[in-house]
Amino acid sequence: MAWLRSKLLGIVAVLVLVYLFVPIAVVAVLSFNDPEGKFNISWNEFSLSAWGNLCGVAGVCQSFILSIEIALIATLIATVFGTMIALALVRYRFRGRGAANSLIFLPMATPEVVLGASLLALYLNLRLPLGFWTILIAHIMFTISFIVVAVKARLQGMDPRLEEAAQDLYASPWQTFRFVTFPLVLPGILGAALLGFALSFDDFIISNFASGTTVTFPIFIWGAAQRGIPVQVYALATLVFALALVGTVVGQIVSSRRRRKLAASS
Amino acid sequence: MTIAAAVGPARRRARIAYLLLLPGVAWLAIFFIIPLISLFFTSLQVSTGSSGKYKAGFNWRNYVEALSEYWEFFLRALIYAGIATVLALVIAYPLAYFIALKAGRWRALMLVLVVAPFFASFLLRTYAWKTILADDAVITQTLNALHLLPDGRILNTSIAVIAGLTYNFLPFMILPLYAALDKIDPRLIEAGSDLYASPFTTFRKVTWPLSMPGVVAGTLLTFIPAAGDYINAELLGSTKDKMIGNAIQTNFIEFRDYPMASALSFILMASILIIVTVYIRRAGTEELV
Amino acid sequence: MSEPRRATPVEDLNLVKLSKIYGGLAAVDDLTLTIPGGSFFALLGPSGCGKTTTLRMVAGLENPTSGQMFVGAQEITDLKAYKRPVNTVFQSYALFPHLDIFENVAFGLRRRGVKDVTGPVERMLELVELTSMARRKPGQLSGGQQQRVAVARALINEPDVLLLDEPLGALDLKLRRQMQIELKRIQVEVGTTFVHVTHDQEEAMTMADTIAVMNQGRIEQLGAPTQIYENPATAFVANFLGQCNLVPGQITGGDGDNAVLSANGFNFSVPRSRIHAAGSSAILGVRPEKITMYWADEPLPAGHNRLEGTVTDVSFTGVSTQYLVKVPWGQELVVFEQNLSLEELSRRGEHVQIGWAPGHTFALDGAEDITAGMGSHVVGA
Repeated sequence: MAWLRSKLLGIVAVLVLVYLFVPIAVVAVLSFNDPEGKFNISWNEFSLSAWGNLCGVAGVCQSFILSIEIALIATLIATVFGTMIALALVRYRFRGRGAANSLIFLPMATPEVVLGASLLALYLNLRLPLGFWTILIAHIMFTISFIVVAVKARLQGMDPRLEEAAQDLYASPWQTFRFVTFPLVLPGILGAALLGFALSFDDFIISNFASGTTVTFPIFIWGAAQRGIPVQVYALATLVFALALVGTVVGQIVSSRRRRKLAASS
Repeated sequence: MTIAAAVGPARRRARIAYLLLLPGVAWLAIFFIIPLISLFFTSLQVSTGSSGKYKAGFNWRNYVEALSEYWEFFLRALIYAGIATVLALVIAYPLAYFIALKAGRWRALMLVLVVAPFFASFLLRTYAWKTILADDAVITQTLNALHLLPDGRILNTSIAVIAGLTYNFLPFMILPLYAALDKIDPRLIEAGSDLYASPFTTFRKVTWPLSMPGVVAGTLLTFIPAAGDYINAELLGSTKDKMIGNAIQTNFIEFRDYPMASALSFILMASILIIVTVYIRRAGTEELV
Repeated sequence: MSEPRRATPVEDLNLVKLSKIYGGLAAVDDLTLTIPGGSFFALLGPSGCGKTTTLRMVAGLENPTSGQMFVGAQEITDLKAYKRPVNTVFQSYALFPHLDIFENVAFGLRRRGVKDVTGPVERMLELVELTSMARRKPGQLSGGQQQRVAVARALINEPDVLLLDEPLGALDLKLRRQMQIELKRIQVEVGTTFVHVTHDQEEAMTMADTIAVMNQGRIEQLGAPTQIYENPATAFVANFLGQCNLVPGQITGGDGDNAVLSANGFNFSVPRSRIHAAGSSAILGVRPEKITMYWADEPLPAGHNRLEGTVTDVSFTGVSTQYLVKVPWGQELVVFEQNLSLEELSRRGEHVQIGWAPGHTFALDGAEDITAGMGSHVVGA
């Protein structure tokens, strides 16, 4: 009983983590399913056919590749812009700083339907043709705020004396950034970019407004939901998740190993 | 020379700051602020009679119509999102507390696991709940045996929609809670248990107030997207469970009734703004994110 | 080991009418100061006295509100931090955590485009005895080692002036003592001007050739450690540098080299060279260790200042014993006696005489606040 009580919090924590992963496990399991009928909802029979033929359904791989392209470009641009904003907000004092902070916060406080609807209203008023570019513009817009918040946190955790020390040691403002600020903030930027990529790749609500007839991976899934989502979609989603999880967990273990080794050698 | 020397670099520094802000802020101004303004004018447009065609005007009746036609959708959105937010807080708190204060060397790994669901398709995860909550699945069977389900099923009821909302926005609750709990000096909690003896009193008097910024940020980051969501209602609920997000989406994309959809969007924004302001006042903190 | 002593002559650092005003408050107030080239100079004062602001202005990390700064004949007032012939050892070191020790030390040379850094860096690491640590990261070093890296990283650039901002503040007492000696050795070896900012009067007196005592943005007194300790010009300096007995009185006359200062009906001799009072109103000062205790019936050396009193408190501190002696007008004077004799210590309530040589007496201006600098004093442990 005492044992249970002392471990209770840990047990609850693990159960919550399990809860987070149950639907993902369902997706992974169903990717090996050979569904009965069109809808891949309940387990029928083990099959590798989807994994063996990932692009076997018309349009699925095109939409998948399009989503990756958009996510890569959007993340790259949003990360550059977002990092610049974070630098300005943390390292400089200037008029309008409060307003800039609010402008960054507002998109995160606006429901996605409203973001999507307002963008579409603008696109329609300007008579912009909907497609790749309008999706890309939207993704950069909603990703920037998340990047700013993540990089800002990292910058605020950095000792301002390190930059002063660099200046004192003959580094020009650019060299200070290049040799001190940037390397120290880089892990934060990479983390932010990873999150940005995930948000962009997985976005449906805003993309659905901005896309016209262009089909991204989430839009493909939404469209297919009515007539049954192909098993290939489950396999591709499982693949992305597995790659991301293995990548981050391995990265985590490597960096903590290195830290422990450093600690042991001192 | 000396006054100029003091002011000159400050001016130049401000100019660098503005240059750094320029691209990102311009992007947000053009593709976030202007669209909102554009949406506002759209919400006042006047119908021309033919579908999808409207002309500029100041037709405030759009708002009256939107409210009278869709007030139930609003109410449902706010109630569902409210319940989901409270549930998410209850579920997220123990995990965030454990990661911040007890996880030790497992902390980094557990944080990765909290963020990991972002990399699994949102739509597929929501769709997976169809399997988990299906009429013949273990959960539904068990709850039915205990006579706990009024409708005899979960899927296509408001319970399924709220469950989906709770699940989908959980990481947005866990991360700010973790950030706030991580800042607490564990010695304060020790001192608390020294003073109050009972763990519950310690939690109520020390841990909970100190984690308040995380609670506020987490509930907002959960409530706002949940109130505007339409995926969960669409995939997991029945036609009687539709939320305001469904109404906006349908009006905009299917009915092409742009003024109506825009008016609904603005009412949603306004109600969220009011709720958030009152909430932050009452929570007694101005600290956001 | 090759001699790292600099080849070029060391220039003086001149601060002229330097001021820094924050929101209407002067952190540094019209400061004019010459720091001789090659000296070990300490800026000593309580926190908030403006010493760190002065240092940051010299480093170029803060812009003065008015005034000028020169290194030799070159004006550096408007020069960017990264263009000044000045380097800093930061409080808590500010070593770059992502670079190893070698790269930390090489940083300044690389930024100035020096091609071959290996030789100088190795010589520098040798000077601070960290050759074996070259490939470690700062996080793996002890506090004392990090401190030496910070010194090496600054000194490798052969600055005209090395600024040290509370460099030993983060170290424990024993290590601090060790590093004081170490820094002094390095300064003598390289011959660069060291400007050392500290709030610890013992540290300043141990290391510096010249000390400037700062208070409220101004310099109270400047001089060699012995000079400002033995003959302080203000009550602030007298109290900040150690304990001091101060008694208000009047200068009433005197002859030759000595003046007579009378206080509470008693007369004391003070050398005229040690009087800092403008008028006749003056404050008598004598440090506790200068006072000797005598038994009630013992004869005192001729010409010494003398008082009778009652011991009210005795505390044994090891090297010395500290007495409080209540004198006829009710004030308790502090007396330190070295524990030389094996005789019994004076006891509380005992009637004694105290005396000291006129040459150990000084007189401050009567307008001074005798409690100035007392609270901010750091008790040397």
